[in-house]
Amino acid sequence: MMNYSAGEAAIPAAPEPTTTATAERTTQTRAETAEGSTATAAIAAHDLTVVRGDRTVLRGLDFTVPAGRITGLLGPSGCGKSTLMRAVVGTQAQVGGTLQVLGRPAGDPTLRSRIGYVTQAPSVYDDLTVRQNLDYFAAVLLPGRARRQERRAVVDRAVDDVDLASHADSLAGRLSGGQRSRVSLAVALLGTPELLVLDEPTVGLDPVLRRDLWNLFHQIAADRGTTLLVSSHVMDEAERCHRLLLMREGEILADDTPEALRRRNDTPTVEEAFLRLVDAAAARAAHEEPRP
Amino acid sequence: MSTARTLATAARVLRQLRHDPRSIALMLLVPCVMLFLLRYVFDGSPGTFDNIGASLLGIFPLITMFLVTSIATLRERTSGTLERLLAMPLGKADLIAGYALAFGLLAVVQSTLATGLAVWFLGLDVIGSPWLLLLVALLDALLGTALGLFVSAFAASEFQAVQFMPAVIFPQLLLCGLFTPRDRMAPALEAISDALPMSYAVDGMNQVLRHPEITGDFVRDALVVAGCALLVLGLGAATLRRRTA
Repeated sequence: MMNYSAGEAAIPAAPEPTTTATAERTTQTRAETAEGSTATAAIAAHDLTVVRGDRTVLRGLDFTVPAGRITGLLGPSGCGKSTLMRAVVGTQAQVGGTLQVLGRPAGDPTLRSRIGYVTQAPSVYDDLTVRQNLDYFAAVLLPGRARRQERRAVVDRAVDDVDLASHADSLAGRLSGGQRSRVSLAVALLGTPELLVLDEPTVGLDPVLRRDLWNLFHQIAADRGTTLLVSSHVMDEAERCHRLLLMREGEILADDTPEALRRRNDTPTVEEAFLRLVDAAAARAAHEEPRP
Repeated sequence: MSTARTLATAARVLRQLRHDPRSIALMLLVPCVMLFLLRYVFDGSPGTFDNIGASLLGIFPLITMFLVTSIATLRERTSGTLERLLAMPLGKADLIAGYALAFGLLAVVQSTLATGLAVWFLGLDVIGSPWLLLLVALLDALLGTALGLFVSAFAASEFQAVQFMPAVIFPQLLLCGLFTPRDRMAPALEAISDALPMSYAVDGMNQVLRHPEITGDFVRDALVVAGCALLVLGLGAATLRRRTA
């Protein structure tokens, strides 16, 4: 398992859930520590800047993502959500500033088995069945003959989590778009990651499936103590998050709970609060523009 | 480097192939059909068949594995599975060794079929041991896998990847001594052919064809092909980036 120095012990390591008792205890500690203090943040960014080519995609962001909660990352397409997520996962080049993930610098090799990452486009092998896909990724996470039983258990659980048991033996390439993205999600759930980074996991899904997936996210956060960072450009999903980061053009407009956002902007929905914030930001930008 | 992860990767690559029986059939049968054709094209001059046949036994695995690997790794890059794997605790060496192992195994089957057909049914006159033919064929397959992996980094689509075959393979094919002995080419071309790995692959096959024992030249050829394969595999590994723009 991972080694922690005393200072980093705030986020408990998630061992394989051998008994439900330990799993619950882990959850409790995380939920308790998640409130308030930034010391228990699963992700802490300071002056996070990402440059792609000659474009600055993220400009000096400061934010934290609390452990054990669902944080929604919202904003229009092209605002830098995916880039931010890639920086957290450690696949983004040219990252400046500091970015701590689960107490380590982002991209640290020890984080690779602790983070589950789902890209926007489903990344699974189309010429393998659902189960064969999961078997392979499970073998990468939990290698060795001795862990075969454990692998079978996590694969079965992941298939059930995303409700694909009836399609377990179908080729991924023959599934519908929504089903394939659920296979991709199932891969990220293998190995019980402490942090799940999900890039638009519900895009193109029907309302029933979206509701089911959000229920699953809440269940994962509550039962397994997992921290979730979920991006979306559908604002009604914002209401389902514990916390929100609203982004626009590489900057964070707001970092708050949905209730507080609605209250502060005096709007009935997060969507309207967001629009108000965007308009205000655009007005500020227009005001500043004439100056060199 | 983890043996379990390497084996899991090789098993996964083979499992993907198993869902594509048509590709397997083409990979295994096309070289046999070509040899068969060649045997009767040179019906009147069995000596020519010996020369070209032995050379082709070295060239087929190289070309096949080049194509298969470049497309397979390109798919891995474009489908996002590579990014996912590199965000997981998988070593680059595990991934590459897994591919080399899976395609190496396929190359063994392909070469065994082709060599067996040529030696026992088509009357290819080999003075040396057929096992050595198989060894060179396997090294050639490894070289093909390495080259395919490397060029896949420079192809943005499968369309481009296929175009890399004439670019990378055809010049070697023309200069490797298949059509005319290398020492009878223009000196500049001969010098270039000295620097191309396929020349050594073909020369190795011809050493086995003509000599009953393992010659010094054969050892040199085998080492050059193996060395090139490892070098290019290393270059290929460098093109797998965990962090990308």
